[in-house]
Amino acid sequence: MTETTHIIHKYLRSSKRFPHIWCPGCGIGILLGALIRAIDRSGYSKDDIVLISGIGCSGRLPTYVDFNTLHTTHGRALTFATGIKLAKPALKVVVVMGDGDATAIGGNHLIHAARRNVEITAIIINNQTYGMTGGQCSPTTPFGTTTSSSPYGNLEPPFDICRLAEAAGAVFVGRSTVYHARLLERVIGKALHKDGFSVVEVISHCPTYFGKQTGIDSPVEMMKWQRDNAIRVERAKGLGEEELRRKIVIGVLVDREAPTYHKEYERLRARIRVKGNAV
Amino acid sequence: MKKNRRNEYLLLQGSEACVRGALLAGCRFFAGYPITPATEIMELMSWELPEAGGVFIQMEDEIASLGAVIGASLAGVKSMTATSGPGFSLMQEHIGFACMAEVPCVIVDVMRGGPSTGLPTLPAQGDVMQSRWGAHGDHPIIVLAPASVYEFFDLTIKAFNLSERYRIPVILVADEVIAHMRESVILPPGEEFELEERPKPTVPPEWYAPYEDRGTGVPPMPPFGEGYRYHVTGLAHDIHGYPTTRSDEVRVLITRLFNKISKDFHLLQWFDSYQAEDAVVTVIAYGSVARSALRAVREGREKGLKVGLLKLKVLWPFMRRTVMRFLETSAKVLVPEMNMGQLSREVKRVNQGKCEVINLNKVDGTLITPEEILQKLEEIYP
Repeated sequence: MTETTHIIHKYLRSSKRFPHIWCPGCGIGILLGALIRAIDRSGYSKDDIVLISGIGCSGRLPTYVDFNTLHTTHGRALTFATGIKLAKPALKVVVVMGDGDATAIGGNHLIHAARRNVEITAIIINNQTYGMTGGQCSPTTPFGTTTSSSPYGNLEPPFDICRLAEAAGAVFVGRSTVYHARLLERVIGKALHKDGFSVVEVISHCPTYFGKQTGIDSPVEMMKWQRDNAIRVERAKGLGEEELRRKIVIGVLVDREAPTYHKEYERLRARIRVKGNAV
Repeated sequence: MKKNRRNEYLLLQGSEACVRGALLAGCRFFAGYPITPATEIMELMSWELPEAGGVFIQMEDEIASLGAVIGASLAGVKSMTATSGPGFSLMQEHIGFACMAEVPCVIVDVMRGGPSTGLPTLPAQGDVMQSRWGAHGDHPIIVLAPASVYEFFDLTIKAFNLSERYRIPVILVADEVIAHMRESVILPPGEEFELEERPKPTVPPEWYAPYEDRGTGVPPMPPFGEGYRYHVTGLAHDIHGYPTTRSDEVRVLITRLFNKISKDFHLLQWFDSYQAEDAVVTVIAYGSVARSALRAVREGREKGLKVGLLKLKVLWPFMRRTVMRFLETSAKVLVPEMNMGQLSREVKRVNQGKCEVINLNKVDGTLITPEEILQKLEEIYP
């Protein structure tokens, strides 16, 4: 515990006026801790890391940590990340988004970033709701759920973020819950070292708003739900669709190789130079 | 593109001139999305940038394009994008971000007829007010308007210089004709152009406050990844870049954003005038309309009318000082525009009854001809 705290304090911005904006019991703090530990173990220096966010509760995350940090517009964090990575490929670009941020307003940017395969680690914290604006339904809210903007029940089926990312071309896709903090740290660590566009979905909870609407408003209960419904990917492989219904498959789901955009671009530049010299 | 040491005599399209200007100014990042009539700029960049050691990327839309441009600029690379009306509408979100976070970038808007999809291949000047107030909230902006192929080249270089000097997005509004027209131009050697770079911090990282005014109104800006780890946000922020809602901090920020431009209004009075000193009726025009106006004024003079032309190269901040001078000496002012009267509202605002301001508007996708302007001049001539 002391060691963990020590690591985190090395990265928190002392100049920032704490406390942070997150509610008691929120899962984002657990993600922040896991992210910091993963970065600490990754060998990247503080100067190497650019931490980018969109809008929402998750958008405030970079404010508190001592990296090059950028808080962008709603859903567009990946576009800024693309520009930074291509302009300065030596930088390690990490993006943190919420579920509404990444899959509603930013859904188009997410699939194209995955398809393009610029080396960016996209961490999507999924609490199935728009927390900052008061608990409206998001593209990951389960069908039928009562929320601030679906008082009669949500009529839309949810996205499976990991399958979406996989289909769009992400070379690394992993998932964890905030209950499984150690696994989360390991999955993020692997994503950071992946050559290409990596996605980590973090199943979290919003005790303040989602909890209020759904009747389970204790963070402890919500995390117990994560514990009881999560299933390791190794175990899930032997199970059928019916057995996996409403289960959260956690672990590394996709790990494959594909050419990355910025390296292909380097090759293209070299090719043009050679051709130019020949003429 | 080779570096030239002598004058180059060329037949160039406006879009080509813009690209040459951008590369000369040091632009090494372009992100864009295809749209008529601005596509040529993007296509040329896709040829030139890899060879120039820069990066070209076609993004999924115009919002993403300007997002990537801002990202690249934060990484220290001079960056630009080009679009037309519908794409320009999408970019407003990030223009506001670049104003608030003070990220230098250049945006070319090749104006076509609107609203909505409008007239994709025909000229208009309908984005003049949008270029000023398209992004929500109070924000400063600089908008330049070329009226010839050479000016497109020259003003693109100046756009980069201004954006670096003031850490502000600079918009070039060129109507379709200026982007597509071919003219013979003489491009001076690159060395003749003074290029500006954003101010860099001189203090060590631990003393650096990214949004602290050190007298110039424009705080120094180091690129990401060089030891100055700081926070950039579109939220109202304090001098350290951290979000704030404290009125004393917000007031300082927004006031500084405006003051850094307004203190230099006198440096942004860029115009050409033709026989305007003794004119009884002065035409105030910009973009391709200024070309028709020039011919109309010449022909008017031949007919013995004391008419003159004031051609504006800077649209925003509005050149109040310059325009007022001509309003004071003219009996009447004619403002021809390919819109329903956008810049003429500004002329009327600064006029305050000094003289009579008359509009000449056209919104059908055709150019305002010299004959139309001359006819109007004869009609209103006192």
